[in-house]
Amino acid sequence: MPAALPSQTPDKRPEAPPTLRAEDLGKAYGPIAVLSGVTLDIHGGEVHAIIGENGAGKSTLMKLLSGHVRPSSGRLRMDGQPVAFGDAVTAEAAGIALVHQEILLAADLTVAENLFLGREITRGLTVDDRAMNRRAAEVLGSIGAAAQPRDLVRDLPLAQRQLVQIARALLDPRKLVIFDEPTAVLANSEVEALMRIVRQLRDAGVAVLYISHRLEEVEALADRVTVLRDGQLIGTYPAASLNQRAMAELMVGRELAMLYPPKRPTPGGAPLLVVDGLVVGHGVQVGSFSVRPGEVLGIGGMIGSGRTELFEGLMGLRASRAERVSLGGRPIGRRSVATWRESGLVYLTEDRKGRGLLLEQRLAPNLTLLALDQVHRSFLLDRAGEAAALDQAVRDYDIRVRTIHLDAGQLSGGNQQKLLLAKVMMSDPSVVIIDEPTRGIDIGNKSQIYDFIDRLVRAGKACIVISSELPELVGLSDRVLVMRAGRIVAELSGEEITEANVVYAATSGRNDIQGRTSDEHHQRPGGR
Amino acid sequence: MSITSAQVAARGKGWSIRWSDLGPFIALAVILVLGALLNPSFLSETNVLNVVTRSAFVAIIAIGATFVISSGGLDLSVGSMMAFVTGVMIMIMNALEPSLGSGAILVGALAALVVGALCGAANGLIVTVGRIEPFIVTLGTMGIFRALITFMTDGGSLPIDRGLRDAYRPVYFGSVLGVPIPILISLAAILLGAFLLYRTKYGRRCAAVGANSEVARFSGVPVARVQTIAYVIQGLCVAVAAICYVPRLGAATPTTGQLWELQVITAVVIGGTALRGGKGRIWGTVAGALILEAIANLMVLSDLVSEYLVAAVQGVIIIVAMLVHRFTK
Repeated sequence: MPAALPSQTPDKRPEAPPTLRAEDLGKAYGPIAVLSGVTLDIHGGEVHAIIGENGAGKSTLMKLLSGHVRPSSGRLRMDGQPVAFGDAVTAEAAGIALVHQEILLAADLTVAENLFLGREITRGLTVDDRAMNRRAAEVLGSIGAAAQPRDLVRDLPLAQRQLVQIARALLDPRKLVIFDEPTAVLANSEVEALMRIVRQLRDAGVAVLYISHRLEEVEALADRVTVLRDGQLIGTYPAASLNQRAMAELMVGRELAMLYPPKRPTPGGAPLLVVDGLVVGHGVQVGSFSVRPGEVLGIGGMIGSGRTELFEGLMGLRASRAERVSLGGRPIGRRSVATWRESGLVYLTEDRKGRGLLLEQRLAPNLTLLALDQVHRSFLLDRAGEAAALDQAVRDYDIRVRTIHLDAGQLSGGNQQKLLLAKVMMSDPSVVIIDEPTRGIDIGNKSQIYDFIDRLVRAGKACIVISSELPELVGLSDRVLVMRAGRIVAELSGEEITEANVVYAATSGRNDIQGRTSDEHHQRPGGR
Repeated sequence: MSITSAQVAARGKGWSIRWSDLGPFIALAVILVLGALLNPSFLSETNVLNVVTRSAFVAIIAIGATFVISSGGLDLSVGSMMAFVTGVMIMIMNALEPSLGSGAILVGALAALVVGALCGAANGLIVTVGRIEPFIVTLGTMGIFRALITFMTDGGSLPIDRGLRDAYRPVYFGSVLGVPIPILISLAAILLGAFLLYRTKYGRRCAAVGANSEVARFSGVPVARVQTIAYVIQGLCVAVAAICYVPRLGAATPTTGQLWELQVITAVVIGGTALRGGKGRIWGTVAGALILEAIANLMVLSDLVSEYLVAAVQGVIIIVAMLVHRFTK
């Protein structure tokens, strides 16, 4: 550990016992300890952040504290009294709520039905819909959710579903609310709404445990920060004593090299991919854009601004039409994932689990699904070639597994993302589009993926990066297009690429960016 | 926590078995042992050949069903389709007999393959182009095929002409080197099916589509084409089964192939193919078909349970197989 870091602070609040105290808490599955010796206090009225890389034991700790998993060693005390939760229901009854990372809602039920699922208000033999809708409206209102009790969850955008989950956790009065990566699916404006909710809870005297990969949120929200690494407690620190870099270094246990690779010289040469007048569905309509060899083109904008739709349309995955599309100077006619792959362009989806990998199939079939022609001779699959390709991918992309006889779903998020990257790179494309390259993966894997993108464009390829993480967009891109409501509203390059400028363009839809030096942007705002 | 990639590569050469995949074969072995204990003649050569021959029809159709189910589909129409194909084939053979003699059998068999493929293509295209649940589509075509065969036979029987019987008879009753021809035909179908599902690009894509059609679509797999082809394979398998079946009874009737769809789906599912798609097990399906027929045979041979309860026992088997699968996972 770097010597300059503050040492662990003793508990400075002797006046009241902590809302929840974990003493020497541990969990082992068979001989393998995934968490051991964790001692931790969480007080009412504080936001206590837990940070650590993937696999550090954060999720296990959350499950122990919320009663989803029984500890194999150690004790829990609530308000000074020893407690043992057999299951999540007892923990909930004691006033502990967990807001899950994944959206766990029934899509065909209404918001209110979801909120009260399993604890319906009844009147005699029938459910009392009126009372449930009224109570649901109160809770939704208190957290500023736009969703109405009678809305179907299916019709809600992702961010609103997340708020419904939070509302479900807050339906009954709570002493401790645990947020597990609550912002993984949210855009920036929605993150702020969430942070307001967290502060409200804290100000009302509730203890909040907050797990997040986004260190800027931790810095903005937390009163104290606990760091886990490899299943061990590293320490608990006052948030004021840590900046993001110090947190990251505590997480990885070494001093971080620069997270983002240095910017490359301005790319020259003729554009590799040129898109003119692309219309996708009813909502997305862009003028023209292009990407050059050696360039990282960032695509910014809020969730729902049409970024993913634009590129899924370009790939032919959504109904779309274009005036002109060309790759390497050759016009492209019919656009489909298969023809694009042959021409040298691939798209890596943001939806790793739903659209990227076959979670219940082995690594090799996942790796080769897109480029099956390459491991195929006359009528037969070349299984030896496939195994060799997997060995190669495991080495090249540093996919860390104990054995390759695994299902893709058994890999950690970071390794899944690397497998997906290896999959789209099998055909050696010249343009790679990556939608949310590092969503939900830890900082070590992140920096590897950034290095990979850097090496890719240094080798003369082009990369388009769609990202909701502003530091990532700013840190990686040579040029940024900002989208709003299905249009490209601004193009930033060089010094103009700042978080503030991206947010300004994404929210205002205007392109009078501060610091703009010339009128060199060649896109036509508003499309055709 | 992690190891180096060199170690991974070294261990990657190892062989790995999933015990759950062996389930149907273990079950089959247990039934054979139990059967031999209950009645010594159960494992006699004649009886074994009889059981395997009788299971050939369900096995052949179930090969096709393995493709449909592993691609995420379902075909309830196979039993009725078999009856319909049988009817069309007999009509064509009877019509051509005066001019072609026993050559009519060959033309009729080829026509059966074409009709079967077309029936499968109809199912597949309605499912993929019409975007309708396969359960509903094939429920509909099941009724249609059944009504058509009833209409074609006028509610009675549609026999094959006497002149063709002797020439056609060996396809069911004949044997080569002591192995009955239906067994040889089903063996060919099994090998072809296993080759297609495990060794070709199509088989890989079929499982990918069934596992997650969105992932397949995002990986450039022509999802609708892959699914439609699975139904066509199913139709071809039904036609092959029909070709073997006709000489056994020599006629098509409104009850030909009735409820076979249940036996076929049972064979596929107890064989280890996931009903929700993504995992196809050809050899498991074969074991499943053998299990069903062996149990039916055993019930006839022994007096423990009335043979009228065969369907009930088969129903129990599928449920038990699924429960075992769930609790060993």
